[in-house]
Amino acid sequence: MRRSMLFLPGNNPNMLINGNCLGSDAVIFDLEDAVAPDQKDAARILVRNTLKYMDFRGCERIVRINSIGTPYWKEDLKALLPYKPDLILLPKTESAQDILTIDAYMTELGSETGVMALIETALGVENAFLIASAAPRLKALFLGAEDLTADLRCKRTKEGREIEYARHRLVVAARAAGVDVYDTPFTDVNDDEGIEVDAALAKALGFTGKASISPRHVEVINSVFSPTQKDVDYAYEVMEAIALAKEQGKGAISLHGKMIDAPIVNRAQQTIATAEALGMRRGEF
Amino acid sequence: MSKLVKSIREAVELCALKDGMSVSFHHHLRNGDYVLNMVMEEIAAAGVKDLTVNASSLFDAHAPLLEHIENQVVTGLSADYIAAGVGRALSQGIMDKPVQFRTHGGRPNDIRLGRTPIDVAFIAAPTADPMGNCSGKYGKSACGSLGYAFADAMFAKKVVVITDNLVDYPLADYSISENFVDYVVSVDAIGDPKGIVSGTTRITRDPVGLVMASHAARVIEASGLLKEGFSFQTGAGGASLAAAKFLKEIMLKKGIQGSFGLGGITAYMVDMLRAGCFRTLLDVQCFDLDAVKSLREDPRHREISALQYAAPTGRSAVVDSLDVVILGATEIDTDFNVNVHTDSNGYIMGGSGGHSDTAAGAKLSMIIAPMFRARLPIVTDRVKCISTPGQDIDVLVTQGGIAVNPRRQDLREKLAAAGLPLVDIAELKEKTERITGKPAPCPKGDRVVAEVIGRNGDLQDVIYNVKE
Repeated sequence: MRRSMLFLPGNNPNMLINGNCLGSDAVIFDLEDAVAPDQKDAARILVRNTLKYMDFRGCERIVRINSIGTPYWKEDLKALLPYKPDLILLPKTESAQDILTIDAYMTELGSETGVMALIETALGVENAFLIASAAPRLKALFLGAEDLTADLRCKRTKEGREIEYARHRLVVAARAAGVDVYDTPFTDVNDDEGIEVDAALAKALGFTGKASISPRHVEVINSVFSPTQKDVDYAYEVMEAIALAKEQGKGAISLHGKMIDAPIVNRAQQTIATAEALGMRRGEF
Repeated sequence: MSKLVKSIREAVELCALKDGMSVSFHHHLRNGDYVLNMVMEEIAAAGVKDLTVNASSLFDAHAPLLEHIENQVVTGLSADYIAAGVGRALSQGIMDKPVQFRTHGGRPNDIRLGRTPIDVAFIAAPTADPMGNCSGKYGKSACGSLGYAFADAMFAKKVVVITDNLVDYPLADYSISENFVDYVVSVDAIGDPKGIVSGTTRITRDPVGLVMASHAARVIEASGLLKEGFSFQTGAGGASLAAAKFLKEIMLKKGIQGSFGLGGITAYMVDMLRAGCFRTLLDVQCFDLDAVKSLREDPRHREISALQYAAPTGRSAVVDSLDVVILGATEIDTDFNVNVHTDSNGYIMGGSGGHSDTAAGAKLSMIIAPMFRARLPIVTDRVKCISTPGQDIDVLVTQGGIAVNPRRQDLREKLAAAGLPLVDIAELKEKTERITGKPAPCPKGDRVVAEVIGRNGDLQDVIYNVKE
């Protein structure tokens, strides 16, 4: 379960040592944009030691390495992969070839760690499905709207009309390839209502979860991407109805006047799986 | 008849202050206070020696007191809280006789019981009339409540009111009444308003502080105490205020109205009163200008004396009716004993204030503290000084988990049922030490520089000098 992913600057020890207390399902140790070129090595060592010594039970550890257009990415992987991060986030992914390149190098290093592709250019958006289906190592797509809007030469707004197409495109591409898909962070850390609206929109569009640059947003994102008690109760009802139908030898069954078909059952199973991961039970929350 | 005298010096002489006597001061003007220094200077000039100063708290503005200590004008000291600058000198061992620390409830209690008799109380008053009716609510040096001064006024042999806003008799809305007052002195200024009350204290934006605050609010919610009539005290620190903010949201959402908010009152508690979270605020000390204004204007906001606030042997005290208190700690040990007196090197830098009183009285006493500050773990094997005994602390909230005192199995079960991240305090210590390492114990001297008197009047712990 990965509802929320929180970016932590790789050169900020205080944030790194507290990263497992901030409530997100995953943290992203950032070696890329948050770190100035003359601090790349220091951040790499700091993140390596964080992976080595800190206990992040219950919280996934993702590392955003530098992009393959920079001189740093191989060093990043060499230093960090031995400490088994849960995922590598590859920024500025623009083509299936980028995935094949990193896949080959990670294979050379003997790593089985998965990769998440950060799509943040127009070319990346247009190649989204090819990226998502490039290699089994590719586990998810992630939309980066700040760089994308710069590339599109438009202004990034809170409403996000300018990234509507990219959002839809990424969700469809990821789902078509059978991988997860994550929404871009909401960047106004003081707008408590804005983050809720933005997260709800992402969920409505089909995103798996949402990234955040502020710990203040984590709780809202988790809450938006968690099933409601009503969802959970309904999912259990669906599963009971299906079990009953099987028992009675019926092929189809209706619940509250609505036919229960395969997609509804699939969704109910997903909801129950998420609810169980969250410790939610039927009729209580 | 007039109680007005021309100068502090005249008041000192009229009170017949002699060697070996005891004088008292309150700390409502906090770091802006001029009165303690002005009075002590006159006393020193009058040639009186060997005095005991009983102050409800001492701030760094009171550093000139150190000179009077060196010159043997002052040879005894009692306070509930001593700030780091003065505390450091005391930890270096400049006094022969140990400083006595009391609690905000223990101090007035001991004054009342005659354990610490006061010969002359000097009461800084932001407004007074010529007969000594006085108040902290009005005037350029307004500080709000005068809660800590009541016991001094009621039980000292002589009482001198010192004001910089003398008004015509009678001051109707007085806090301390003329029938306790012997002399009134008018001076140009009793304090610097900038140091008396802080501006609005801001709620923390530190993510770790917010995580702790959110845990704290959820602990209160899960404890079962958050219901109609709920009562609450919190500190003025950033994380404590953030906890109050989260609590306010829960109370408003659930439509719960508490009976009272207690304590040192901040703008945030005033805000909760106005939002309908409490019926009343009981105020022993105002921390900011919003609190002063509210005390002056809102009849639901009530000044109380330190006796009523927390004295342990009165017929009752407000802390005995308190549901929840949120407190801080400089360190806490695996038996839940809390230190708020000394810093990590053993220097005096604080004191109990109302810590022990509220912890003893409240149904749920909670410590909020980060797992480590700089590189020092908060949980230790044994605190350097027991300010509040572990038996009075129910729960420790950190960003890395919530530790419940084993004595409170009932609470632990409730918090577990609510899905809160519980951790054993010894585990929390180990978890923190895996990050910080285990610090070497800091060397302590061989001379006792302070005695910590528990709220019941017994010696609870001692503080040793620091070797430099």
